[in-house]
Amino acid sequence: MTARWQRKDLLGLRELSAEEIRLVLETADAFKEVGTREVKKVPALQGKTLVNLFIEPSTRTRTSFELAAKRLSADIVNITASASSLTKGETLKDTARVLEANHADIIVLRHSSPGAPQFLATRIAASVINAGDGAHEHPTQGLLDLYTIREKKGAVAGLHIAIIGDILFSRVARSNVFALLKMGARVTLVGPSTLVPREFEQLGVAVSHQLEEVLPQVDVVNLLRIQHERQRKEYFPGLGEYIRLFGLTKERAKLLKPDCLIMHPGPINRGVEIDSELADGPQSVILDQVTNGLAVRMAVLYLCGGIAT
Amino acid sequence: MSGILIRGGRIIDPANNRDEVGDLLMVEGRIADQSAITHQLSAVEEIDATGLIVSPGLIDIHVHLREPGFGWKETIESGARAAVAGGFTTVVCMPNTSPVADSPSTIAWIKDRAAEVACVNVLPTGAISKNLAGEELAPIGSLAQAGVVAITDDGHCIQNNELMRRAVEYARMVGVPVLDHCQDYNLVGTGLVHEGYWSTLLGLPGWPSAGEEAIVARNVLLAELCEHQIHCQHLSAAGSVRLLREARTRGVRVSGEVCPHHIALTDESVQNFDTNYKMNPPLRTGRDIEALREGIADGTIEILASDHAPHAGFEKEVEFDRAPFGIVGLETELGIFLDRLVHKHRTIDLPRLIQMLTWNPARLLGLNAGTLSLGAAADVTLIDPDLDWMVDVSRFESASRNTPFDGWKLKGRAVRTIVRGKTVWQL
Repeated sequence: MTARWQRKDLLGLRELSAEEIRLVLETADAFKEVGTREVKKVPALQGKTLVNLFIEPSTRTRTSFELAAKRLSADIVNITASASSLTKGETLKDTARVLEANHADIIVLRHSSPGAPQFLATRIAASVINAGDGAHEHPTQGLLDLYTIREKKGAVAGLHIAIIGDILFSRVARSNVFALLKMGARVTLVGPSTLVPREFEQLGVAVSHQLEEVLPQVDVVNLLRIQHERQRKEYFPGLGEYIRLFGLTKERAKLLKPDCLIMHPGPINRGVEIDSELADGPQSVILDQVTNGLAVRMAVLYLCGGIAT
Repeated sequence: MSGILIRGGRIIDPANNRDEVGDLLMVEGRIADQSAITHQLSAVEEIDATGLIVSPGLIDIHVHLREPGFGWKETIESGARAAVAGGFTTVVCMPNTSPVADSPSTIAWIKDRAAEVACVNVLPTGAISKNLAGEELAPIGSLAQAGVVAITDDGHCIQNNELMRRAVEYARMVGVPVLDHCQDYNLVGTGLVHEGYWSTLLGLPGWPSAGEEAIVARNVLLAELCEHQIHCQHLSAAGSVRLLREARTRGVRVSGEVCPHHIALTDESVQNFDTNYKMNPPLRTGRDIEALREGIADGTIEILASDHAPHAGFEKEVEFDRAPFGIVGLETELGIFLDRLVHKHRTIDLPRLIQMLTWNPARLLGLNAGTLSLGAAADVTLIDPDLDWMVDVSRFESASRNTPFDGWKLKGRAVRTIVRGKTVWQL
């Protein structure tokens, strides 16, 4: 371990170096073991205060951060959109200043506006951890996906990963793309042309609209949820057509290499982007992702929490 | 009777094809014949303009003064101070105030207020549609009688082509040009930044160039159909220049303007989510900047303007998608145009730049301004085209500070602004 962590914030994976990513993953290795103990707690962040500021609803990410913070012995407060003063017209800046006046050390922010964590991080001394900002980034999800691939495949470099679904509106896709490329993987984005912007090719990833051609070539498929609540209906004709063209059905799954991993950041729409049995099948590592998420988030909180003053 | 003599400057008056070193006399607020010095004048005050450009007072036809209704962003008084600090003696203000300038009484209020507090000529525009809603025509004839110099729904864009057609026809009858903010609402949707590489990377909703170009094309067709002037505001996209060039070659009465930020900055600037780079239309690519410069060089674009859009700090200091569009521009406009178009890229020469900031906008709107002809109002701007200076936002006269240009080093600026023979600002 040569790199040293020097960031108070984790805002996105685009700005991290491969060394920094490796450092997070190696730190997560140590924390993963904590989860297997009888007493699943270490005193790393004892006396620190962490605020889960979730302006956009989330259950699994918020829970994961909360458990991670508790295992590190931090004091934790959850603030959700409906309970916050933001619904009373308070600005994000003022909310953050109030939290800082209450001596918060780490703020975990989920927000619908791209760039909201950057906005916060430059205005307060506390650590800011991005737990998803609009369609921009979801760095801890990208890191836990990377961690899971590395754990199951031994390494990330040289692997070919397909990310399938709604790329345009997906922060998970962006964080995955940035990190996977830095770690030496090949990436192919698959989905309807309206939801996979060609500009991604400028980053060095391939874009395909032919799922059958891609499936036999890849070592990992990462399926994204079709987020119909966000989309205007002009982006694609409907779920039926989506399943016909891009759903991972049992028939299509036969095209996969036998050791190809099936990943999904959740929540899953069974029978839409993935067949229900495949989600629970031997190639699926969906629940490993959840477990690893805890270790990765402990690593991120530990590293950033150690920098903030 | 006393006079003021501006001595030894390079007088550039594009309206009269004049470009020579000489003296300029002002008597009782008007440009006067120098023979008056020996004959009628009791005293002559002198201003040394050696090494300076003596230009007709600059005109900016795209300014938001925010009054009535938004005095915390800017007032007619503070906006006028910002104008003179930038070398402008005439500003044309946009109707998106509160109430909207869609009635003669609001126009009268603006004119009265300007007469009371403004140190520059403030010329109001009226709305095209009632309350800028794009649904029914504002009383364009009454607005013309109240003295608007143009009609525009700036900040909004009439989507109904039939309504726009009737507005242009009606405006022709009462003799006011139509200024249009070109934005197709369906194509742009919730777009915030140029649709391209950076919008994709940052997950910000894209504002495609086609959203502007579609309305420029619409305006070309309507200007042709109605045989009346449509002026396309703040053009940002390469395709808009191409459409305009084609139409103007055929003699269609359509024109366009370009703002400083659209030739000085690209969409790459939005990568830190700084809301001072959020404007509408958005910053675009280097290729678009090149096309805008080509359009400026070949005369396709004949007017420069600022789209001065003040917003208070607390309004801009929010999440990117919640911040209002726009930046202040009056105090950096001339510096950026001189620095980029005249010095750095040699797109145009000084006389041409001055023409684009004086005579061309005056002609478009039929203003009695923008020239140093004998008898014209003595609105004069003295410019040091080679002065190196740094933008310092803390010294702005504008009530707002929302600019991405703080700290920029620029070459060339106004050093003295004279309105009706009176020095109203000096560096």
